[in-house]
Amino acid sequence: MNRQIVRVSVVALVLLASLVVGTTYWQTWAASSLKDRQDNAIQRVAQFTIRRGLVYASDGTLLAARRAEKVRGQTFYFRRYPAGDLASQVVGYSTQSRSRAGLERSENDYLTASNSHLNTVFRRTLDKLKGTTVTGNNLVLTIRPQAQKVALDALGSNCGAAVALEPSTGRVLVMASSPTYNPNLVEGRFDAIARQARGANCASPSPLVNRATAGLYTPGSTFKVITAAAALDTGTYTPESTFDDPGYCIEYGKKVSNFADQSGPEVFGHVDFPTALEHSINAVFCEIGKKLGPLPILDYARRFGFYSDPPLETPSDERVPSGLYDHGRLFRPRDPNQVDPGRLAFGQERMQVTPLQMAMVVAGIANGGVVMDPYVVEKITAPNGSTVTRTHPHALRRAIKPETASELTSMMERVVRSGTGTAAQISGVAVAGKTGTAETGVAGTNTTSFIAFAPADDPKVAVAVYLENQHGVGGQTAAPIAKQIMEALLRSRP
Amino acid sequence: MSARNRELANLVAVGVLTGLGFASVYIARQSVISAGSVSYALIFLGLYLGAHGVARIAVPWADPYLLPLTGLLTAIGLTEIYRLGPSDAFRQGFWIVFGVVVFGAALIFLRIDFRALESYKYLFGVSAVGLLVLPALPVIGTRINGARLWVKLGPLQFQPGELAKIALIVFLAGYLREKREVLAQGRLKDFGPLLLIWGAAMLVLVETNDLGSALLYFGIFLAMLYVATGRAAFVGLGIALFVAGAAVAYRTIGRVQDRVDCWLNPWHDVHGLCYQTVQGTYSIGNGGFGGTGLGRGTFTTTGGSDLIPYVNTDFIYSALAQELGLVGVAAVLLLYMVFALRGFRISMLAEDGFSKLLAAGLTFAFALQAFINVAGLVRVAPLTGITLPFVSYGGSSIVANFLLLAGLLLVSNRANAPR
Repeated sequence: MNRQIVRVSVVALVLLASLVVGTTYWQTWAASSLKDRQDNAIQRVAQFTIRRGLVYASDGTLLAARRAEKVRGQTFYFRRYPAGDLASQVVGYSTQSRSRAGLERSENDYLTASNSHLNTVFRRTLDKLKGTTVTGNNLVLTIRPQAQKVALDALGSNCGAAVALEPSTGRVLVMASSPTYNPNLVEGRFDAIARQARGANCASPSPLVNRATAGLYTPGSTFKVITAAAALDTGTYTPESTFDDPGYCIEYGKKVSNFADQSGPEVFGHVDFPTALEHSINAVFCEIGKKLGPLPILDYARRFGFYSDPPLETPSDERVPSGLYDHGRLFRPRDPNQVDPGRLAFGQERMQVTPLQMAMVVAGIANGGVVMDPYVVEKITAPNGSTVTRTHPHALRRAIKPETASELTSMMERVVRSGTGTAAQISGVAVAGKTGTAETGVAGTNTTSFIAFAPADDPKVAVAVYLENQHGVGGQTAAPIAKQIMEALLRSRP
Repeated sequence: MSARNRELANLVAVGVLTGLGFASVYIARQSVISAGSVSYALIFLGLYLGAHGVARIAVPWADPYLLPLTGLLTAIGLTEIYRLGPSDAFRQGFWIVFGVVVFGAALIFLRIDFRALESYKYLFGVSAVGLLVLPALPVIGTRINGARLWVKLGPLQFQPGELAKIALIVFLAGYLREKREVLAQGRLKDFGPLLLIWGAAMLVLVETNDLGSALLYFGIFLAMLYVATGRAAFVGLGIALFVAGAAVAYRTIGRVQDRVDCWLNPWHDVHGLCYQTVQGTYSIGNGGFGGTGLGRGTFTTTGGSDLIPYVNTDFIYSALAQELGLVGVAAVLLLYMVFALRGFRISMLAEDGFSKLLAAGLTFAFALQAFINVAGLVRVAPLTGITLPFVSYGGSSIVANFLLLAGLLLVSNRANAPR
């Protein structure tokens, strides 16, 4: 019988050894993917035993702090957001009941010191061996709190978003989404958030959504900047090109009229290119679009970053790409006949943009044609203050030639000096901008917008403002908000 | 060094380890538990020294490693249970004391010649069946966590299946010793008993709704049948029959189907059917290579409600895996392997067929039970409702496994005794 016993014992040992293999799989190979699962309640609770890193604004204002609480002998570190609703959609929240959002989610590894930078690994291991509580790394953001506050106040009860970038680096100076929410309410009084947002001027206020990166808006005439960039950069037109505006443009055998006031559609007659942008003449841009064709215009949009998620440190599912959308999905036309070139040229068609994307467009023009990757995390520091990692400005790509950028700049200056964007004038500072008013077919439900940068000769700030459900036009509604943000940022230059 | 002195030295080492375990739980959770807890380690050591004393008298030539291994496994289980809930640990401590008493009594009672058991083989066979049927009876039978494995008598609640396992092994050892030549010829009419036990295993499966118990009994039977007859074809046929039966069970028994579905893909219903599987996996994953350390794992929400169901019984391995890490639980699995190796060694050294079959059956049962429990947690096999021997919280399991240990020591003593 001994031979059989040997074989049975081999079977038993193989079975037990398979358990070592199985355990090894879960504890090494699969451990990090288990950790990243949103429904992992153990991980979620376990992370509260770590002294989560703090989040600061660029001037040291504390945006996310810790609140230690002893529960049955164990100390947990919960979140407290001293700045309230200031930058909620960017910072996000870290809670037990609703997991995490925003940078709290995407930068979780740093905040819990589970990132793989050598000095963090060393410190974490030392803490574990000593039996002391592991402390996470801190985030220092690029956000300027005073200007952020100005932006939020200016947006008021409007639904919409405002983004301000530093053109030369891509730093996000302001990222305000309205209505905003108080992240301190997420854990215990979540329903209060929806209640407080009820006063906002739109059907679905969705305060948790970061409209700056995930809100899609019809750009309207702000898109003309991209059409103009394509027209000039390809050499098809120059600033000296002239046009005849009959007040409409013929597309597919039908009239597409200019913007209409009480006296009917405006008619400008013989105009040059800068005047067409200054007064935002649809008929002229319609003709330009027909001449260029839709695919070159979309190609220039792509050069500015359209058709891919705008690069930012927030979670990728909180950012959406800009571009043509067909039935809720990003649409990449292969055939020029699939797109109406005239309407595309003045930002209608099925073009949808995020405020961040349009801020990248103006920032690119301001930066001599080079679009920088936007970033909101300036640096990550260890608990002792030493820098773990710092973000270095990085160019996304050159979108247009420097000459094109300077031509566009002077054209956009005229928009603010004497065109549709005069409400954005700042005394003593040259502002370059472009207004947008997208009609949705129902009166009082326009999407209005303004994109701008200043000072025009030495740009320090580029801004994009998008508003939902407006009665007025972009020059009256969005431009004053953009102006206040630019003023605040230019005044408080560090 | 003589066998018993070696055992004593090992036990002292186990005692030191137990003290360290309790001390680290105390350090990690001192605001919740008292310093007096460390003295439990001393009581624990004293208990095993008592068991050692009985072994010295009753089975002086027996294997010196099994008792210390048992001591270590029960210590690991007790420490973890203590960390999870001090009041459960007190009850578990009581059951360990009771288990050691039963162990001592069995050794003293059977020290002259345990082979007398062979003459009562049919009595054991009938008791095994009777014990297995108990949970199915109305009034006393109780369903816990969807499996009908329990009997409730007033405040007492136990799993008769654990004792049935031992009775079944004694019966099979006697029965197969007698019939092995006949069975080995492989005539068709001799397949009767095979089909009978297969039928019984299927009945257990239907009755308990638990794939694990059925697999355990049937696996013990197949292993012992193979040892007795040397016919691999029987094993193949048996496995085929079991798979066929399990397939039918999968189609007809909802709980079996849920368990198998969650084994294959637990992510399809994380918050519902597969909650237990997924939580167990998360707990294991959270341990990583080195573990969180004893007393530092996460088992409850910050509000104090449990994150892992049945954490100190069926899921104790996932708790250990979280706190001790891969390093720790690999060591625990190694203890099971060494235990199994010593057991099979005893079986090979034994001289008569009954002793060989008994030792092989007990050892295989021990290893297979550990396998089925842990395999369900690391998703090598579907999750089942059986315990991890000597580690899980639960009286019936502890007592039955102490009887198993007594059986192995008795066989070993006889095999090693000088003549």
